[in-house]
Amino acid sequence: MASKKTVSGSASTSAAGEFYTKYKPWIGTAIAVVLILLAPSVLSVYNLGLLSKYLCYAMVAVGIGLAWGQGGMLTLGQGLFFGLGAYVMAIHMKLSDIGPGQVPDFMSQYGITEVPGFWELFRNPVIAVIGVAAVPGAIAALLGLAVFGRGVRGAYFAILSQALVAAFSVLLIGQSKTTGGTNGLNDFKGFFGYDLTDDANKQMIFYICAFLTLAMVLIVWWIRRSFMGDLIIGVRDQENRMKFLGYNPASIKVFAFSLAAMFAGIGGAMIVPVVGIISPSDIGVTPSILMLAGVVIGGRTTLLGPVIGTLLVRFAETQLSEAYPSAWTYIEGLIFILVIAFIPMGLGQFKGLWPWLKERFGLGAAASAAATTSTATA
Amino acid sequence: MARLQAMRIAAALCAAAAVLTTSGCGWGRTVAEKEALDENSTSAASAKTSSCVDTSGSEIKIGFVNSLSGTMAISEQTVSDSLHMAVDEINANGGVLGKKLKVVQQDGKSEPAVFAEKAKTLIEKECVAAVFGGWTSSSRKAMLPVFEADNALLFYPLQYEGMEASPNIFYSGAAPNQQIVPALDYLKEKGYKKLFLVGSDYVFPQTANRVVKAYAAGNGMEVVGEEYTPMGSTDFTTIVNKLKFSGADAVVNTLNGDSNVAFFKEYKASGLKADTVPVISMSIAEEEVSAIGVDNVKGQLTAWNYYQTLDNKQNATFVKNFKAKYGANRPTSDPMESAYTSVYLWKGMVEKAKSFDVDKVKAAADGVTFNAPEGKVTVDGENHHIYKTSYIGKIGEDKLIHTVWQSDGPIKPDPYLKGYSWAKSLSASADSSEN
Repeated sequence: MASKKTVSGSASTSAAGEFYTKYKPWIGTAIAVVLILLAPSVLSVYNLGLLSKYLCYAMVAVGIGLAWGQGGMLTLGQGLFFGLGAYVMAIHMKLSDIGPGQVPDFMSQYGITEVPGFWELFRNPVIAVIGVAAVPGAIAALLGLAVFGRGVRGAYFAILSQALVAAFSVLLIGQSKTTGGTNGLNDFKGFFGYDLTDDANKQMIFYICAFLTLAMVLIVWWIRRSFMGDLIIGVRDQENRMKFLGYNPASIKVFAFSLAAMFAGIGGAMIVPVVGIISPSDIGVTPSILMLAGVVIGGRTTLLGPVIGTLLVRFAETQLSEAYPSAWTYIEGLIFILVIAFIPMGLGQFKGLWPWLKERFGLGAAASAAATTSTATA
Repeated sequence: MARLQAMRIAAALCAAAAVLTTSGCGWGRTVAEKEALDENSTSAASAKTSSCVDTSGSEIKIGFVNSLSGTMAISEQTVSDSLHMAVDEINANGGVLGKKLKVVQQDGKSEPAVFAEKAKTLIEKECVAAVFGGWTSSSRKAMLPVFEADNALLFYPLQYEGMEASPNIFYSGAAPNQQIVPALDYLKEKGYKKLFLVGSDYVFPQTANRVVKAYAAGNGMEVVGEEYTPMGSTDFTTIVNKLKFSGADAVVNTLNGDSNVAFFKEYKASGLKADTVPVISMSIAEEEVSAIGVDNVKGQLTAWNYYQTLDNKQNATFVKNFKAKYGANRPTSDPMESAYTSVYLWKGMVEKAKSFDVDKVKAAADGVTFNAPEGKVTVDGENHHIYKTSYIGKIGEDKLIHTVWQSDGPIKPDPYLKGYSWAKSLSASADSSEN
């Protein structure tokens, strides 16, 4: 969808081809919107719930695609930002469930009679909505300023990000009086006042997840086309040269990293009403690595690769684990090995098939549509 | 140009959102409306969702959800095994209400969110009549809202920290007054006065130790130390040093998993002995003894409601059948027995209700009994826990646990510890949390 201004000027002779090239993003967006609007009428409420969950992880993946694929920052700790967004949302939902002057059940078991200050802050729905993006974004910015300015990069940055997410989950467990500990926060009744058990509300939550994902893809598409996109890639490939040209690589990295963190935070916030629980084991080291899996499979440098990859991986995981509860981990591992061995840059980079299809059938538009189809239906 | 295009797309999104809100697929009922609905319909449960359970065929589906992958797999696999054994036995004897049980197994992946998802799969997609499984408190807490929203049944097999009684869950493991309190009664009876508490840093140890502290305060005992370590921590030098110089005469241990290995090694190395400063453990069963190394733990105490060595006919058959099915070297433990028992209790409820319908099964639950390997158990219809006998055991050379004390018959379950005067502070806070 965003394959830059360059491209092969090959088949743009036909009128249809020209139309397609000119309005490619429009067509893609329109198809995605139609698919999203149609999804509830084809899928059962149960499947819609699963798709909503996959979309939450897809939001994280869009961010990873930007930070890692474009910016070269391998972040093994997106669970940190995912968790921050999720806990902000969970705190708000818990507070609006129990009403003013009350404390959640786990707190009263510890003899706490008043909710702590950082809880009270997110009672206001507007602050909570801003908080799910702003809190992870701000923490990522602070972290980025601290480490990128000092030239921490590559494997060192990856290890640091992983250590942080591990520390975060230990902190949540240790502070169980105010965070719910290993049990996390759960048993929510409403989402901004709407009953979570009602099917119409589940459908709305799906729409929110889907349109948020689409919006994030469009933001990244826009950044990739903009001058900022070139700067981000420049910093990834030639950091020193960028410095000599007078740019500050640290601030460019901070921008990409914070945006990725915000996406992760929003994804985390949406998973709370979808799944109904957030706990330290959903955001630890292993879940954070799994957030990368879809990006790797889909192709980290492509625009749609991370989203499609994540949807595919999560869908396959559900299907495999339902069908083969005791053997599915082996099957999934095998698939990962095969993909890494034969298509190391991910499915999105599997170019051999692409030009062949194009040449053979002149089917650029249809193929692109197919790609978008799998986004919304996987 | 890029900016222009972005603006166009933003406009398109706004248009889509507008279409969406006007096309009738908007928000549904609010929480307030739902509450009003629940209040108005006296039989709220039946008004909730119509069940999709198929009772027409010669088979009836039930679901198991256990972690078959992830860190908890090693423990939860044993529960899954004994659940399968119970089903095979029931099927061999004609099934339930003349229908054979068909098991749908799901993997909880050791992640609470996955437990919630798989519970939904079992109830909404597989349409099972009842679900058995879960291990950690977080997995149960994650599944609870799913079972309540869909008005389905979960049988949870583990001893746990109490302070919960969902109308949609049956708890076949011990409530605190069937495990922790008897352990303290035993220590008191033996004259131990100064307790040292050591546990993993999560909800069960923290809640258990609050019970211990309340009990000590009300029974002339003293808590001389309380230490927590992160899950999986293996450094116990400092804690054992503190223990040694605290003057404690007994240790209440709620450590989980690998931490026990390190703790008991350090305990032994520091010269402490089971005869003088015994450790009573809440999470060490037959499975764990060989993992920790019997040399490190022999002579120490445990508190459970079942041991492989219990001497009764049902247990002899249970142990024999389990070994025949899964191998002679496999021990049987409390969670496994409790899971096995829970399937029979469900069978008893269904047969009493003469129906697989959730509301009818719940209504019939009170007083259902089963001669379990642990002794006779009875369902308490009010709080959905079961009457269980408590056993204090001593770990022997043979890697098995031998009973040294047992309660006078089955103890009435009391998840909120309302029947104990010393636990007033605990149950008072629980009262306010019940809603």
